[in-house]
Amino acid sequence: MIAKTLQDMFRRYRRPGDIVFAVVFLAFALFLLSQLGSETKVVKRTKWFAQPALWPTVAIWGMVIFSALHLLSSALSPRIPGRWKEVGFWLLSLEYVAYFLIYVVAVPWLGYLPSTILFVVFLALRTGFRTASVLSLSVIFAVVVAVLFRALLQVNIPAGKIYEQLPDSIRVFALTYL
Amino acid sequence: MDNLISGFAILAQWQVVVALIIGSVGGVIIGALPGVGAAVAIAILLPATFSFEPIVGLTLLLGIYGSSMYGGAIPAILINTPGTAVNALTTYDGYPMTKRGEGHRALSLAYSASFFGGIFSILCLIILSPVLAWVAPHFGSREIFLAALMGILLVVLAHRGQTFSAAMLASFGMFLNTVGLEPVKYTKRFTFDQSWLSSGINLIVVVLGLFAISQALLLLVDRDHAPGEAHVKGNIFAGLKELLGLKRIATVSSSLGVLMGMVPGTGEFTSQFLSYTYAQKTSKDPDKFGDGSPEGLVASEAANNAVPGAAMIPLLALGIPGEALTAMMLSVFYVHNVIPGPQLFADQMDFVLALYMALILLNVIVLVFLLFSTNLLLKIIQIPTRFLGVMILTLSFVGVFSLRNSVTDCAIAAGFGVFGLILKRLNLPIVPIILGMVLGGIMEVKLRSAMARVKSPLDFIDRPIAAILFVMILLIIALHIRTLVQEHRDRLKPQPTGDEDTTQQG
Repeated sequence: MIAKTLQDMFRRYRRPGDIVFAVVFLAFALFLLSQLGSETKVVKRTKWFAQPALWPTVAIWGMVIFSALHLLSSALSPRIPGRWKEVGFWLLSLEYVAYFLIYVVAVPWLGYLPSTILFVVFLALRTGFRTASVLSLSVIFAVVVAVLFRALLQVNIPAGKIYEQLPDSIRVFALTYL
Repeated sequence: MDNLISGFAILAQWQVVVALIIGSVGGVIIGALPGVGAAVAIAILLPATFSFEPIVGLTLLLGIYGSSMYGGAIPAILINTPGTAVNALTTYDGYPMTKRGEGHRALSLAYSASFFGGIFSILCLIILSPVLAWVAPHFGSREIFLAALMGILLVVLAHRGQTFSAAMLASFGMFLNTVGLEPVKYTKRFTFDQSWLSSGINLIVVVLGLFAISQALLLLVDRDHAPGEAHVKGNIFAGLKELLGLKRIATVSSSLGVLMGMVPGTGEFTSQFLSYTYAQKTSKDPDKFGDGSPEGLVASEAANNAVPGAAMIPLLALGIPGEALTAMMLSVFYVHNVIPGPQLFADQMDFVLALYMALILLNVIVLVFLLFSTNLLLKIIQIPTRFLGVMILTLSFVGVFSLRNSVTDCAIAAGFGVFGLILKRLNLPIVPIILGMVLGGIMEVKLRSAMARVKSPLDFIDRPIAAILFVMILLIIALHIRTLVQEHRDRLKPQPTGDEDTTQQG
């Protein structure tokens, strides 16, 4: 009877992979709770509302309690098959994260315009676009983005170290606008 | 009167005019692209706007916010694919009308209803301004603390069926806000002796990760598909005349949009749900709803477009954002040391008026733009989704890296990108994280300053507005518990047919 009531109260629509996320999030919340004493300080002669530890404590207890309830509701809800396939989908995104981080590291060396062209064309090829029209569009998009943000809007992106090697006639232009 | 003239002068600057046009037109295009949406665009452009004057940056972002839903109606009606999430309800009646060969009529009605909703909410904002200017100075630290607390509570409870996950993620947002060197006692919180954590986790980095990078990753990893082709013929603006016959629905829906827009945490979805239900219940032809009812279409579009104007009310008057987009805009204010809240109305009324006028103008610009561009937009939206992912990821870099040229920020944003992708795949809400970060920070600061003058717990609510807010919080909790008990009792009753979809939690 109690189990039935619990199931009625907590049951919800649950997507594949829901319980994996619920377990990992609860574990993360419990880890933070275990670090609460060492990662925050209780300051003497300071009232409770001004204690630096107050809000981390409130937030982490909130995470622990509600992630436990979320896990419970996940466990009590009807399962849709495909859990590990879904986790695989999440992990596939890491490939693109790696490309993104390589791009981030490359910009201060190669410069914004060249690295953006390389990045966009590479991603277009990687995602299956092989036609000349799409690849030309990729180059045009990269050039427009680089010129718009660095040259026109003067957004804070450093010049590429490689530009120092350019001939005098175009070095200053490249350092300022590309 | 001086404020009005000064407001016009602010708005007449060429940078503001350019920002308004780019924001409005760009917003329509972004809204029409399924899989992008205003949140992604605003997140990407946010750091770029920091170098602009506050009014220029805000006009650009407001333009995108206010116009994206116009654009989102186009694919929703013609190809059954909502451009933005809030246009999902538009597909119910818009697409069946297209199938009946009434695509131009549906679009025309949607534009007209959106325009009506947009202008209606701005007029409400203008009419309410004197009241706001009068009420706002009565909000001290304790009132703002209670309003922020109510905001968190509403954000959590507004996610029906996901209350636990919304509360868990709002708490996570509050936790993220506490990481780093605490500014009053200068103690470290959850830095794990890592120097990159000492300066805390930047809101913009989290926003870009959760909204923009996550969307890019989702589009890149998922199967590629391009929206189908469509073409529309006929007078797009004949709907303005037809809307006159549906003015009751449009007015009530816009009013609900304004009301829900003002309440933190509710916004477009609740207002659409309420107005659609109202329209159906009062219609002479309720069976047509979901099968091409012009009334349903008007209810949905008028309600969602009335929200942006109204969402500016708590932001401008109290400095409290009600949803993710206004939370992002709050950072534009902060970067320029313009603190929204009671003082804004007292000291910079011309700035506030300029914002109102910008909102009206953006609706007019969008309407004129749509007059000529609907078929062009239908061609633009055929960009394959994976290429759209490439574009968003490339633009996300500008957003994160330009903040402080930090590779660490990019890595953190990418981490939140993966986290956002998981949340989107699991259909778990992202907005509570952002509001947890913003409202958690407000609550921490305001509680500290409020308690300095409080001797007993009752002193906290001894002022009229604080008392009203406290009673409202208690009422919200009590009503939620009542609804849960009611739903639980209903479930215990014998059901004629099994219904697994109406499950609930929290």
